[in-house]
Amino acid sequence: MSTPCVLTVEDLSVGWRGEPPLVEHACFEVKRGEVFGLLGGSGSGKSTLLRCLVGLEEPLAGRLDVLGAGPPRLDATRPRYGVMFQAGALFGSLTVGQNVALPIQRWTDLPRAAVATVVRSKLRLVGLEDAEHKLPAALSGGMRKRAAIARALSLEPDLLFLDEPSSGLDPVTSAELDVLIVTLQRALGLTVVLVTHELGSIFDIVDRCALLDRQARCVVAIGTPRALAASADGRVSGFFRRASGGA
Amino acid sequence: MAASDQPRRGSGPEPGSSRGARAAFSVERGDGRLLLGGDLGLPVAARLWRDLHTLSRAAPPPRLDLDLGGVAAVDGAAMALLVELRAELATRGIECEIVGASRRLEPLVHLYGGHAPPRLRATPARTGWLERLGRATVDAGRGLELAVAFVGAIVAALGGVLRRPASGNWRAVPSLAERAGIDGVPIVLLLDFLVGFVMGYQSADQLALYGAHAFVADVVGISVVRELSPLMTAIVVSGRSGAAFAAEIGTMRVSEEIDALRTMGFCPVRYLVLPRVAALALVGPVLTLLGDIVGVAGGALVGVIKLDIGPTAYLAELRTAIFPADVATGLVKGAAFGVAIALIGCHHGFATTGGAAGVGRRTTATVVTCLFTIVVLDTLFTVFFRMLGL
Repeated sequence: MSTPCVLTVEDLSVGWRGEPPLVEHACFEVKRGEVFGLLGGSGSGKSTLLRCLVGLEEPLAGRLDVLGAGPPRLDATRPRYGVMFQAGALFGSLTVGQNVALPIQRWTDLPRAAVATVVRSKLRLVGLEDAEHKLPAALSGGMRKRAAIARALSLEPDLLFLDEPSSGLDPVTSAELDVLIVTLQRALGLTVVLVTHELGSIFDIVDRCALLDRQARCVVAIGTPRALAASADGRVSGFFRRASGGA
Repeated sequence: MAASDQPRRGSGPEPGSSRGARAAFSVERGDGRLLLGGDLGLPVAARLWRDLHTLSRAAPPPRLDLDLGGVAAVDGAAMALLVELRAELATRGIECEIVGASRRLEPLVHLYGGHAPPRLRATPARTGWLERLGRATVDAGRGLELAVAFVGAIVAALGGVLRRPASGNWRAVPSLAERAGIDGVPIVLLLDFLVGFVMGYQSADQLALYGAHAFVADVVGISVVRELSPLMTAIVVSGRSGAAFAAEIGTMRVSEEIDALRTMGFCPVRYLVLPRVAALALVGPVLTLLGDIVGVAGGALVGVIKLDIGPTAYLAELRTAIFPADVATGLVKGAAFGVAIALIGCHHGFATTGGAAGVGRRTTATVVTCLFTIVVLDTLFTVFFRMLGL
């Protein structure tokens, strides 16, 4: 029996109204339990596509199904997916613990002590149990990303969207974050959709990926990272060459 | 070399001349070319640019090449200027190539596109008044569209909260009210006291001309309670809280915090805007009332020290002049101004785009819009209350 899909994208076009689409006619599926990468150079539309997938933007055209519930609807029901934004998007006036507690308080009637227990368990998952009472400004870049992942996990999502988790991090911290993502994904049985252009992350944690091309304004290849890296298509091989620092 | 095309030398120092703080370079007009020599770099870029223009200005078509044969070194800035000059000449119909570059310089020529056909400079289109008016109208329309959408979102959020009051973010109200209210008390008290004092001082002399100096309590009292205290309080709240709301929400917007709220199932308007509106709706009348008291006290001080009216007599006169309706109209204005300030600040915060500069622009716009709106609202309220006989 084939693995069920948790995300289906059919003929999707995304961009800003009144301007040429950034991505046209995108088609791909994300299977349960896999780490799916959205790859592409700067300006290829991968972050805009992600914003459509999580419901922050309306697609220009096409069909989208997230977790079998059709297009994502925000503020309607408890989100079954978590989102980690590029810079973390933690609320600066709240402590790390309060940031993680926020969605739990929004969607459950748990008493305060129980919320605190859940929060501590999430922070322990990402190795931040000591940072519960710190403000985000007191954390390093890598710790902020971990805290954002903890918040994204707070509602026990089936699907996790990560927007460039490695951006702004040094290679060591970036590799540690990759290990954390894979560990959590396997332990919690998550499906992860990851936007990245970091070659290390692509080969280390991505099972399958779709490559977006700015010039072509579409998905030019879908497959495993190794298959794409060996592609004869100049647009695909060119991306991997540039991402590895080649000319 | 033709006699009519005698070499002309640019103003740059001679090659090989003293190389202190100023690097040496030369530019000369040759036969259909500008001969460059020495070190071309950022330290001499301004003089190089001037010399190149001086020597190329009178260059006749069809050709004027830039000869780098004598150039020992060139940096990116100088190369960019040479490529730019080439494009300018091409726009004037003069063919121009960068020639004579040594093998060492060739990569830089290629990097800056000096080998490729020059891109002709498009003459910037002049924007006529009609086009500017059209653009301004479109911008105003977009602004109005945003404002209407914001009002719609507020109404929807308000409806949601009225249906389920527990879904409001009311826990944020006390801290917001504290920041907007208690922290602003000293400045409000000082300003309103001074306004009452000045009002009393100015009116005392005029009233004394008619022997009506006792009426200073009436003038100050009614002016402060009905108009000046709500206005001055609102001005302070605009500068403090309106700007702060715009900056806070604007920063949250550019750092994707509002997007994060949405993906966690929060309605940002309900979560961020309604508590701020509630906070200023509470704080506005309270600050106005405090402003009433100190404003009247400022006028009383003038009565005591300048007009020899005792505090008891001043208060007795005040009682005959001010009615509860006067105080109530001021408090209603205070609440309405508070709501308006909160909405304007939040609206500009949500409309923020473009990073830190966008936050700054929206913060400034918030204060200006608040001041304008407050004066307009005050005028409308004054007319409205008079029509009601209040």
